[in-house]
Amino acid sequence: MGILDLRQQFPILNRMVKGKPLVYFDNAATSQKPQRVIDALTHYYTHYNANIHRGIHTLAEEATMAYEATRRTAQEFIGALHEEEIIFTRGTTEGINLVAYTWGRQNIGAGDEIIISGMEHHSNIVPWQILCEEKGVVLKVIPVNDDGELLIDAYKALLNNKTKLVSVVHVSNSLGTVNPVKEIILAAHQVGAKVLIDGAQSAVHLDIDVQKMDCDFFAFSGHKVYGPTGVGVLYGKKELLEAMPVFQGGGEMIKEVTFEKTTYNDLPYKYEAGTPNIADTIALKAALDFIKETGKPTIRAHEEELLAYATAQLQAIPGLTIIGNAKEKVSLVSFIIKDIHPQDVGVLLDNQGIAVRTGHHCTQPLMARFGIPGTIRASFALYNQKEEIDALITGLHKTIKMLS
Amino acid sequence: MNIKPILEIEKEIIEDFALFDSWEDKYEYIIDMGKKLPPLEDEHKLNENKIKGCQSTVWLVASYNDGRVFFKADSDAVIVKGLISMLIKVLSGHTPTEIIDARLDFIGEIGMMTHLAQTRSNGLLSMIKQMKNYAIAFQAIGSQKTDHK
Repeated sequence: MGILDLRQQFPILNRMVKGKPLVYFDNAATSQKPQRVIDALTHYYTHYNANIHRGIHTLAEEATMAYEATRRTAQEFIGALHEEEIIFTRGTTEGINLVAYTWGRQNIGAGDEIIISGMEHHSNIVPWQILCEEKGVVLKVIPVNDDGELLIDAYKALLNNKTKLVSVVHVSNSLGTVNPVKEIILAAHQVGAKVLIDGAQSAVHLDIDVQKMDCDFFAFSGHKVYGPTGVGVLYGKKELLEAMPVFQGGGEMIKEVTFEKTTYNDLPYKYEAGTPNIADTIALKAALDFIKETGKPTIRAHEEELLAYATAQLQAIPGLTIIGNAKEKVSLVSFIIKDIHPQDVGVLLDNQGIAVRTGHHCTQPLMARFGIPGTIRASFALYNQKEEIDALITGLHKTIKMLS
Repeated sequence: MNIKPILEIEKEIIEDFALFDSWEDKYEYIIDMGKKLPPLEDEHKLNENKIKGCQSTVWLVASYNDGRVFFKADSDAVIVKGLISMLIKVLSGHTPTEIIDARLDFIGEIGMMTHLAQTRSNGLLSMIKQMKNYAIAFQAIGSQKTDHK
């Protein structure tokens, strides 16, 4: 299927913004949704809305089946060995917090060390800082080079027998860098540390196989993989998830409750307290199916073409500097323009119908590393076109002219 | 000192903007106002003078003289600076009560509420809130002085 046919499946891309056709380049923040995802949501509410797992009536059975079907699709999407290793969350942030509050509090204590990287999203910094403050744990940071790549030798030097966890981002949301997670995981395992991979940016672009990768935890968000907001997946190795304490208490996660003692449900329900986000979880399947049918190699080939084209076009603009020139990147380009604040660029591009992200992208320490307040970030998805990059370039020339 | 009422200054800005028929003209005017706003002295560029809620850095200082509030501000982003410049033009030199009561409808009238996305106009709203907070604080000082008489 051609890109134009794929593009037509995303109704929002037909809209106008400020009288101009929308150019949506904020895909790393959230991707747009194909019609089938929107349809899955309305179909659920129109035909079989019911609470899952407990009801014995037809609607409840249909809803439960659809909800659990997403779990199997997600299992396949990331190559998990067991279905019950897929825990539904609100998103990547909740997944990371779940690990920090359960496995983290059980297994990391005073004097132990956690390693993160210098390009983490705040979501993969703050949960560990909270744990560190509470328990007297030491947080160590893998440095980043000028191209926006992790210094792997420096990382290996940080590892020791006090390292209990390495939690790193698979793909940087600010730079697009693809980190060598297999190597990172292997080295961590050699000192007995567990590894969490933040897959928020990678899940949509890269082939994910958690077994081959051998990560202990992997978290991603539905809304960045053409799915709905408010649903995500936390993968954990079964033996870890089974041994971990519970996260939130409530309905669904229990086996039996008496006032004296409560026993907990089996995986994955042990970590899914309360009525979950049924509709969005069901619709997530439509998004994952869409990616599978389109094929990640096809998506990547198109996105790599867009990245190469955008990079060449942007580099030709006087005064423009690309931040993040890693050898391996996903289709995302972050840049700054001499003497111009990113926010001004964002405002003026928006008036031309072009949606980019400006600011620190929730990676303030990384911005500090590069000595900048923020960047302008254009991130591409499978439905973007070269013509839209041309519009961005024209828009940038106009913007620069207006600001200088 | 002869200072025009707030509503009259707002009206002048609205009239200025009515002359523009494209977004480019509007923004070029705002950018120009931003560039013309005198930079804030480094001694005022302190953390405590920063306004939170903005993607860019905004510094705002206020002084109280002879019953009137005077504002000075700066930003590292020029469009924000232009917007502050308009707020200063409208509010600076007025009494605390006038500033507190100002509805500032001109922002909507000149299309800046819609032209600035919510997240950014939150920054604009933070600026207005901070200006009004200064006015409230100075009003309290003013009434204390009156009490002492």
